[in-house]
Amino acid sequence: MITIYVPRDSAARSVGADDVARAIAQWSVEEHIDIDLVRNGSRGALWLEPLVEVVTSEGRIGYGPVSVEDLPSLIEAGFHAGGEHPLRVGVVDELPWLASQQRVTFARMGMSDPLDLEAYRTTGGLHGLARALELGPDETAAEVLASGLRGRGGAGFPAGIKWRTVLEVSSATKYVVVNADEGDSGTFADRMIMEGDPFTLLEGMAIAGVTVGATQGVVYIRSEYPDAIATMRTAIDIARLDGWLGDDVLGSGRAFDIRVVEGAGSYVCGEETAMLESLEGKRGMVRAKPPIPALVGLFGQPTLVQNVLTMAAVPGILAEGSGHYQSLGVDRSRGTQVYQLAGNVARGGIVERAFGLTLRELVEDYGGGTRASRSGRWPIGGLPAGVRARCLSGLRVPPGGWWHARARRRGGLR
Amino acid sequence: MAGHAPWSATVAREVLEALPSYERLMLPALQCMQRTFGYVPDEALDVVADFLNVSRAEVYGVLTFYHDLRRAAPPRTDIKLCVAEACQAQGSRELVAAVEEAYGVRLGEVNSDVEISEVFCLGDCALGPAAMINGRLRGRCTVDSVRAAVTA
Ligand SMILES: Cc1cc2nc3c(=O)[nH]c(=O)nc-3n(C[C@H](O)[C@H](O)[C@H](O)COP(=O)(O)O)c2cc1C
Ligand code: SF4
Ligand code: FES
Repeated sequence: MITIYVPRDSAARSVGADDVARAIAQWSVEEHIDIDLVRNGSRGALWLEPLVEVVTSEGRIGYGPVSVEDLPSLIEAGFHAGGEHPLRVGVVDELPWLASQQRVTFARMGMSDPLDLEAYRTTGGLHGLARALELGPDETAAEVLASGLRGRGGAGFPAGIKWRTVLEVSSATKYVVVNADEGDSGTFADRMIMEGDPFTLLEGMAIAGVTVGATQGVVYIRSEYPDAIATMRTAIDIARLDGWLGDDVLGSGRAFDIRVVEGAGSYVCGEETAMLESLEGKRGMVRAKPPIPALVGLFGQPTLVQNVLTMAAVPGILAEGSGHYQSLGVDRSRGTQVYQLAGNVARGGIVERAFGLTLRELVEDYGGGTRASRSGRWPIGGLPAGVRARCLSGLRVPPGGWWHARARRRGGLR
Repeated sequence: MAGHAPWSATVAREVLEALPSYERLMLPALQCMQRTFGYVPDEALDVVADFLNVSRAEVYGVLTFYHDLRRAAPPRTDIKLCVAEACQAQGSRELVAAVEEAYGVRLGEVNSDVEISEVFCLGDCALGPAAMINGRLRGRCTVDSVRAAVTA
């Protein structure tokens, strides 16, 4: 049996991964070759998509970008045994681009079928939730605070403080809401988490739910992401059947369930109070603050609002202990940052590293410099206006992430 | 696109009645109308307002706020081209012009068959220019690949 991976991520599908998978399946049937065709998530090396991987004694050998037209020559080259071919990139885990990253939130990305719960469990899945149930709400919130985790959706607010606020307010009904409106150009990490590792996001939400005392979670996903919506809904069903969502989370006697709400195309619903209005079925108009959503949120109830990447970091923090996460990063920015390289770079994709990377390392070492001759614009996740060459040399990616970079740029960096 | 029912107030009421309690809100009700009929017919406003016990003006306000909600039947071919920053850096402006010319329709217009509209980021920024064609995401688009996707 040969194991072959062809991603099911919508970016990979957008450039023909389904056709490639179908052609490989057909070839295996015709040639009576016994294969296990796994539709994994994307590794985040998007310039190589569709990236076909074959398991060999050396490791997972990659070929990419593969199109249906390449298949005859790949077969000729014996790709299913790792054969030599112009598209062969070698052992994917050993690509310097990947090997030099510090994948924490994206640790599982692309390793297996995102809806394979068994694979999720055997790679540390649900340890964080089990530990949170053991610790109880106060200590779990303290762990999140100690980790130094800050919001990844823009404002960079310490997650632990929000958790404590919602935990301490007394109310019969509370909500956990994940903001998956991801509207800025050049950002796609939220989408990749939902499509490529949905259980991690659900586990993070379940940890949040049992900690702050909410029984209902909601993921607000923009309608531009139909694959993410479908994958999340299926993942929720699987988790419910497995008994870690629903009336009795992991046998704890605590109830927590999640549903997906689809947006309807609005460019302001990413702002959390506009999103809450939209979740109530109204026009997505920004609310006056205070009161903050942690106290008066969805349907007037205390609501923990967190970005996808923030919430997806939580299971690892609980499973490994806050110290591990806290040990990564610089100054007040703890943990890792998920950079999204897109636009006019040779190697667009996901780069996860501890905070403290320079823009030059990011754009030149990872991005491979600019593609062809279009003027140097590198839209980088979270920085919609694009970065220009003059700003780059040696500038550190600022603590707190890109929104700060934008503010600083406005302040005269250009 | 999937087949849609012709407008019928009876069908509208039936599908609304079938909504779970947490979807008995203006936006989900309008989304339900669109799933059923392909768009939100004017007549549906009254049915939704009546069903939720709110004013027609309130429902109208929600309908006009969200880009996805259509007030006219959908075209047979729906081409959405991403014109956000990362795709622009990969040539989306040129693509828009070429697609407009190929179909003889300008951005934001519909003819009897084809609608070309702009969207702001489809989450496929590393593989731009990106497009959503008849509900399917397409990357590394050229005018030829757009044509092929339309007939696929
Ligand atoms: C105009 C605007 C758009 C925003 N868009 C998003 C978004 O797409 N996703 C997101 O998570 N947060 C977005 N935010 C930030 C949210 O309001 C909120 O701070 C965040 O969801 C909280 O989660 P976090 O603390 O985990 O980052 C936006 C804010 C503004 C003002
Ligand atoms: S900074 Fe940009 S995204 Fe944020 S509120 Fe202003 S215009 Fe909107
Ligand atoms: S900018 Fe076009 S898909 Fe993101």
